[in-house]
Amino acid sequence: MKKHNLVSRLELVNITKQYPGCLANDNISITLMPGEIHALLGENGAGKSTLVKTIYGVVAPDKGDIIWDGKEVNIKSPSIARDLGIGMVFQHFSLFETLTVSQNIELCLSKTQLNKIGDLAARITQLSEEYGLNVNPSRYVHSLSIGERQRVEIMRCLVQSVKLLILDEPTSVLTPQEVSGLFGVLRTLSEEGCSILFISHKLHEVTEICHKATILRGGKVVDTCVPNEETPASIAKMMVGDLAEQDAGYAKKEGTERAFNVENLSLPAKQPFGTSLKNINFELKSGEILGIAGVAGNGQDELMAIISGEDERNVKNSLSLDSLDIGHLHAGERRKLGMAYVPEERLGRGAVPDMSLTENTLLTHSDGFVKNGLVEWQSIKEYTSALIAKYKVKCHGEFSEAKSLSGGNLQKFIMGREIGQNPKVLICAHPTWGVDVGAALAIHQALLELRDQGAAILLISEDIDELFLLADRMAAVCDGHLSPVVRTEATNIDQIGQWMAGTFINNSSLHTQEAKA
Amino acid sequence: MDSDLIVQILFAAVKTGTPLLFIALGEVICEKSGVLNLGQEGMMLMGAVVGFLAAYGTGSAGLGVLAAMLMGCVMSLIFAVLVLHLGANQVATGLALTIFGTGLSAFIGSGVVGQTIQGFQPIAIPLLSDIPFIGKILFSHDILVYSSFAMTFALMFVVNKTRIGLTLKAVGENPHAANAIGIKVLRVRYLAVMFGGVMAGISGAYMSLVYTPMWVENMTAGRGWIALALVVFASWRVGRIMLGAYLFGLASIMHLVLQGLGWSISPNLLAMLPYVATVVVMVIISADKFKEKLLAPRALGKPFDPRQMA
Repeated sequence: MKKHNLVSRLELVNITKQYPGCLANDNISITLMPGEIHALLGENGAGKSTLVKTIYGVVAPDKGDIIWDGKEVNIKSPSIARDLGIGMVFQHFSLFETLTVSQNIELCLSKTQLNKIGDLAARITQLSEEYGLNVNPSRYVHSLSIGERQRVEIMRCLVQSVKLLILDEPTSVLTPQEVSGLFGVLRTLSEEGCSILFISHKLHEVTEICHKATILRGGKVVDTCVPNEETPASIAKMMVGDLAEQDAGYAKKEGTERAFNVENLSLPAKQPFGTSLKNINFELKSGEILGIAGVAGNGQDELMAIISGEDERNVKNSLSLDSLDIGHLHAGERRKLGMAYVPEERLGRGAVPDMSLTENTLLTHSDGFVKNGLVEWQSIKEYTSALIAKYKVKCHGEFSEAKSLSGGNLQKFIMGREIGQNPKVLICAHPTWGVDVGAALAIHQALLELRDQGAAILLISEDIDELFLLADRMAAVCDGHLSPVVRTEATNIDQIGQWMAGTFINNSSLHTQEAKA
Repeated sequence: MDSDLIVQILFAAVKTGTPLLFIALGEVICEKSGVLNLGQEGMMLMGAVVGFLAAYGTGSAGLGVLAAMLMGCVMSLIFAVLVLHLGANQVATGLALTIFGTGLSAFIGSGVVGQTIQGFQPIAIPLLSDIPFIGKILFSHDILVYSSFAMTFALMFVVNKTRIGLTLKAVGENPHAANAIGIKVLRVRYLAVMFGGVMAGISGAYMSLVYTPMWVENMTAGRGWIALALVVFASWRVGRIMLGAYLFGLASIMHLVLQGLGWSISPNLLAMLPYVATVVVMVIISADKFKEKLLAPRALGKPFDPRQMA
């Protein structure tokens, strides 16, 4: 970080925002210097999103001042923020899929900006080369991968020559290689004097790239630190207070006999932007966690859908549970045989948003709580409150609507509900995505406990750290291919990262060719 | 069938298609912004009756059209306030608007039922109307038909070539993202809905001042609904709406044609044609998920509340 001058780029003074029933930001003060990469850390619901939305003019604070380049400003709308030179890359991308890259970027620019730039496509190509973003202005956004879309969003900010770039969990969707590419871009920007506000859950990234960090908890600033003087563990401790023991060393186990088997599973994609599954083979043993790494959109959703039975195509000979073919059974029949699922999408797939938690419990536990066709509400209610208490789900009670819970709390509830079935096989996608450190810990422990009771667990995740933490054996998917499965101790992050990028594909197809020959 | 008859049929198809063209152009802009207004029929009827009353009172068909545009705009504003400002359900509100417009137009027009006025007269465009075949079909109409041509081309340009069109598509596809980049979503939607109202008003005026220069209760006879089907039929493309409007126009005069050929098919069966065509198009579109995704405005019918960020 170069000190360009002594005037801070952005200063937040006592920002306070009260939502009904929740003080989202409580007297938050933060200072960012030009060229500083500043991490904003905190559990889910700590107030990070509210704070950055305040800076970007989406949320109006109740109290407090924003000082920009030494002058007090009132950022009433995103367009004012952009005029000042504030750019934001959202966690859920805000691109228009039916428009081209160039049109998407054009929409964000004012007429004067456009006139100044002249040929927008040429400018995009030039910036793309300058920063190594590899963005083609004439492509339609719907044809781009997640990583490419993120680069389009960053490009959108670069075109406007931002002085402050806000990134909301930018790395959660990227491969390790893409992450290092992104960090390269961020470092260049920082050297040119652009300040960066970086929200992340991944602490090692924060220690790697950020100059300063502010830690929020319950809407308040609880600590600030210089990340490269800290360890991920010490920062995690600041984030959650004294609760967390961020211990990487969960004991690895060897599974016993085969519980679930996938054999020669090939399946063309059903969705227009889906991935075809290509000859997938693996076995899942009782008492083990098999982790499958991969960047989103490489066949995980399709694999999950066909295993769960949500994809109703008949794959009779490819899936077996306890040596029984199940590929032709529908989802309910598979559940009865002892399979349980935690899908990635919590609202809508894992739980019905408008139904209460009690009703959502009933949906997958119908057998135990329905007698002679009548629902036993009393016992299902008691069961649900026990679940809420056991997994410390924060909600207003067992009749809260599923959609009223925060992502992390709903995930704890769904995990608890599925684990409560005592499944033989649990298929679990992205169990801690967007979940805070405390809840993630609870979910991890629940998974390990279930494994130790002898269940077979398939864990699909984009969080490579989590996979190394939990999985006994690991593999990666890329473009619908599954890599070899290896014991976690016998591999490392580089190998898995390369597999996620598909380096195994040529080798394995060679092997099959050899086998055929 | 001789060529004179063909020319006459096509001439009539353009004439019959014109009110459909006006109202569908309005609706497509409205839908591109993400708002589904099922009140077309009501707005059109109100435009027809108010346009007729104004022309009857002042003797000027031009003032009649102006009054109809204003009325359509007022009707759409009622809809816009309910749906955009107060977040009412778009489908229910649109249906209510149609029922409201049908009733109110019958009420305020009851005194002039059966009266006739001097509507717009055809103006043959010099030179162009002398082109054999085409000239008679396209360039021997009245001023409103010509303005519908102009309007179609103007909208094709605005939607496909300008930033206004880009903004409109952005709002209809992802209002939250549009809001985040500083587009005033509600303002865009208000304007789009009001444009739809103005066009419905003109369309109504065309019915009561040109097509059949008189006012009869419920005289639009479901054209507002056909227009909704037409927008889907045209898969939200402005250019195709023009084509579709004339095709639908042709379909609705088909019974005359067939009679001329000596076939007797119930006109009621033929009146189904536009709807059958729409269903077929919808099936074709949705068979290809990829196309479906790219054609329909993604946020169509979904209310946008700026206070709830996705």
